[in-house]
Amino acid sequence: MGVETESKFHVLAVDDSLFDRKMIERLLQKSSCQVTTVDSGSKALEFLGLRVDDNDPNALSTSPQIHQEVEINLIITDYCMPGMTGYDLLKKVKESAAFRSIPVVIMSSENVPARISRCLEEGAEEFFLKPVKLADLTKLKPHMMKTKLKKESEKPVAIEEIVVSKPEIEKEEDSSVIEILPLHQELESEQLEPMLSSNKRKAMEEVISTDRSRPKYNDITTSV
Amino acid sequence: MNTIVVAQLQRQFQDYIVSLYQQGFLDNQFSELRKLQDEGTPDFVAEVVSLFFDDCSKLINTMSISLERPDNVDFKQVDSGVHQLKGSSSSVGARRVKNVCISFKECCDVQNREGCLRCLQQVDYEYKMLKTKLQDLFNVSFKLCENLLVLLVYSFY
Repeated sequence: MGVETESKFHVLAVDDSLFDRKMIERLLQKSSCQVTTVDSGSKALEFLGLRVDDNDPNALSTSPQIHQEVEINLIITDYCMPGMTGYDLLKKVKESAAFRSIPVVIMSSENVPARISRCLEEGAEEFFLKPVKLADLTKLKPHMMKTKLKKESEKPVAIEEIVVSKPEIEKEEDSSVIEILPLHQELESEQLEPMLSSNKRKAMEEVISTDRSRPKYNDITTSV
Repeated sequence: MNTIVVAQLQRQFQDYIVSLYQQGFLDNQFSELRKLQDEGTPDFVAEVVSLFFDDCSKLINTMSISLERPDNVDFKQVDSGVHQLKGSSSSVGARRVKNVCISFKECCDVQNREGCLRCLQQVDYEYKMLKTKLQDLFNVSFKLCENLLVLLVYSFY
């Protein structure tokens, strides 16, 4: 068999705001991901194929009719949503035997340290502060690669074919629009907006990242 | 000469957008937004910005209704509206609108109706101001495109 063609990562994005759904969808598409957006936690679970019992909302079972045909490599969800919050969704996913391996990322417009640690403790891989930037999404690739490699290792394929491809971090090249003037560079030099807020957030994110031990690629390949 | 017009329009566009940043109408997030636009999605920024202004209009309207009667203010509703507005203005890079939302939230938290009404008025003013500014910007960029197209066509002769 030839080299396996790398299919795109498929991300399920959950947000009750139409505006935010549009934003996250474009961000993910720009990062070469396939995206499905839903406007609630319960719709997200439905999409995954988890049947929510109407009588007992705490009981979950995999619906016999809807088995997960679509492979989801990551769930990214807003925290503040009416009904089922992002945290509730995270819990439900992690409680489910079938889907707990899907990495979950939480987004929030509010920087509440207690909230962030609660989510990370519950199993969220990352916590993004809104507005989410393109650079933030490069952090997702390692998490999504994990699930893809895992799935491929379960297939009966020759060992040589399981290529540990480096996470293709998308270069943010804006080569598209017919811009005679390098406006981005112009803007950067004229920038008066203090970069404080974004640096602070970066600092916070770095703290979050280093606190969690990241599985190295070595471990994954040897499990093949 | 068309080339001179193009150069002038480029200058105008550049100066205008820089001034919007300098005057605090836009912040870095607007540049982030522009990064998301490409050949496949040439209208992305315009769509998002348009959606934002629609949101502003709707939310301001509902908040205005919630704040109308002094004896019966639905602060929960107002808070929800401010939260949404703060989120979308932040995502778009609408700095002034976002800043008003911050003050607005504070007034809401302490249930200060007068303060909320003032903020509501200010938010209305700021989003409309930004809308006008961006409209001008889009008009200049449109003229620029038109002239570039003319240049391109004539370059074949």
